[in-house]
Amino acid sequence: MNRNPALRDALFAAIVLILVLAIPMLHRSPAFEDFIIRLSAMALFATSLNLLVGNTGMVSFGHGMFYGFAAYAFGLTMQLTELSLPVAALFAVALTTIAAFVVGAMCVRLSTDYFAFITLAVQMLFFSVIVSWQSLTGGDQGLRGGIPRRHILGFDLGSQLHLYQFCAIVAVLGLLALRHVSMSPFGNTLRMVRDNAERASFVGIVLWRARLLAFTIAGGFAGIGGVLAALFVSGAYPELADWPNSGQAIFAVMLGGINSFLGPVLGAMILLALNDLVQRFTEYHGLVLGVVILAFALGLRRGVLDFIHLVWSKRAR
Amino acid sequence: MDFNALGVCFTTPACVVTQATSGLIVGMLLFLVAAGLTLIFGVLKIVNFAHGTFYMLGGYVAYSAYAATDSYALAVLAGAVAMALFGVLFERVLMSRVYGSNVLMQLLVCYAVVLIFDDIVKSVWGPEFRAMGMPAAFQVPPLFIAGGVVPPFYAVLIGIAALIAMVLSLGLSRTRLGKTVRAAAVNPQMVSALGVNTTVLFAIVFAIGGGLAGLAGALAGPVRSLSPGMGFSILIEGFIVTVIGGMGSIAGAMVAALVIGLVRGFGTIGFPGFTDGLIYIVMIGILVLRPQGLFGRPL
Repeated sequence: MNRNPALRDALFAAIVLILVLAIPMLHRSPAFEDFIIRLSAMALFATSLNLLVGNTGMVSFGHGMFYGFAAYAFGLTMQLTELSLPVAALFAVALTTIAAFVVGAMCVRLSTDYFAFITLAVQMLFFSVIVSWQSLTGGDQGLRGGIPRRHILGFDLGSQLHLYQFCAIVAVLGLLALRHVSMSPFGNTLRMVRDNAERASFVGIVLWRARLLAFTIAGGFAGIGGVLAALFVSGAYPELADWPNSGQAIFAVMLGGINSFLGPVLGAMILLALNDLVQRFTEYHGLVLGVVILAFALGLRRGVLDFIHLVWSKRAR
Repeated sequence: MDFNALGVCFTTPACVVTQATSGLIVGMLLFLVAAGLTLIFGVLKIVNFAHGTFYMLGGYVAYSAYAATDSYALAVLAGAVAMALFGVLFERVLMSRVYGSNVLMQLLVCYAVVLIFDDIVKSVWGPEFRAMGMPAAFQVPPLFIAGGVVPPFYAVLIGIAALIAMVLSLGLSRTRLGKTVRAAAVNPQMVSALGVNTTVLFAIVFAIGGGLAGLAGALAGPVRSLSPGMGFSILIEGFIVTVIGGMGSIAGAMVAALVIGLVRGFGTIGFPGFTDGLIYIVMIGILVLRPQGLFGRPL
């Protein structure tokens, strides 16, 4: 194989980034740019979830809470203080990482099913706090008033093109960092914890510490996605932290494939495209989406990229 | 938060009775839903995310049956039986294909079913809220217990749910089928090796679970409105109940359902607008202190 996988990944990321940035120079399409902006938030969200689900074997049902938390933290910081956008964004992500650490400290010792439920419960608690703390968050109306001072390093994020470029850069860099985490010795430790927790603890890995670290990192990266989402919707809404949003991330992960790094990105693409497409043709978009998901789940029995990998390796043999 | 109002309520018997009964009916409906969930999990180790759909469909089937026959008893029966059949169908056609695969794959299949049937309900019965209305037999003056108002239907609902709980626990502990089900919960391979047809057994478990959820939906008809999203909210609460009680434990489901029901009943007075949050706090607290739930086997 390749001698320097990190360099290969960086090269791949650079090529993708250049391609994505070049597209608007050749052809402007608001719908496409919209799609990429939403995809960049969703891709970070889903891929960070997969660090838990695919890499570590921790099924979290409450990942949306960090996505929503970051969106609110970012929106509120921008509205209530005079901090500039990059500082506020970093602050929001840092705050989200701390929140993930605290929630993780409470949850990671529980076994699979109970872990799933307690993360769900913490998320629902967070959701009801948002909805009932009207004076701060605007309740179920969401955080209104927009996000002021949308400038960063010469980018004016009020313009769609600049937001598109900014989101693409952040998403690609974020994904590259996540790739790095997943390929690092720590990433291998997490895979070992997933495959055989008992053996991992015999060779001296402190299980809860490894899981907590993974949970914290995943929460932080979901936070970056949340900041992008807040920029896109120009505010924050309780729905960002609600159950269905966590569900979307889980489906993106499952549709794309949990054992491939880019699986969740592909899954997010499929899910977003499917949502857009179906909504245009019928009001019963749940019906169509449900049938498609069933076809995937019962037909392929795994995500698309995992399926391709399987077919590929069979043919190679 | 209004501790004053809560204190006043606790010192007036009328308020205690009213809030306790409204809490009890919530708890009893939750118990019926959670009992099926916990039974299915106990035997098949499957978390049935489509359980709320059974509840919703049960409510709508009962609604239509009531409109057609004008008999509430028939409507309840129709809701329960239809959902028992639906449970078998769901297990045979879909879930049996993902036994043994990733939990998330099962979640995916269930969620697809939820999406599909939410839309089917929307197209058949319409997206707006529907009210079944109180059946004529129960349109009588309410009972007064210690000054608190208790509509007779509430008393009947609580009675039915309590009866079901008894039948369920006696059936599980005394009958041959119940013993087989409990054995299958511990070791399905062994049960199968001893000559029990586990395929049929699993279908029966889904039929019971589906039937209970359908029954709950039908019973909820007169006291709650029907809407295409109703399955989801009851599903979350059903999960909370099973998790607090301990997954696989019927007795635990009963206790937890009552706890949640009463927290809801009195929470609306002490913490208006934050009752949901209160319930999640109870759940998180119990999970942190006792991860296997109140009645669950230690992990």
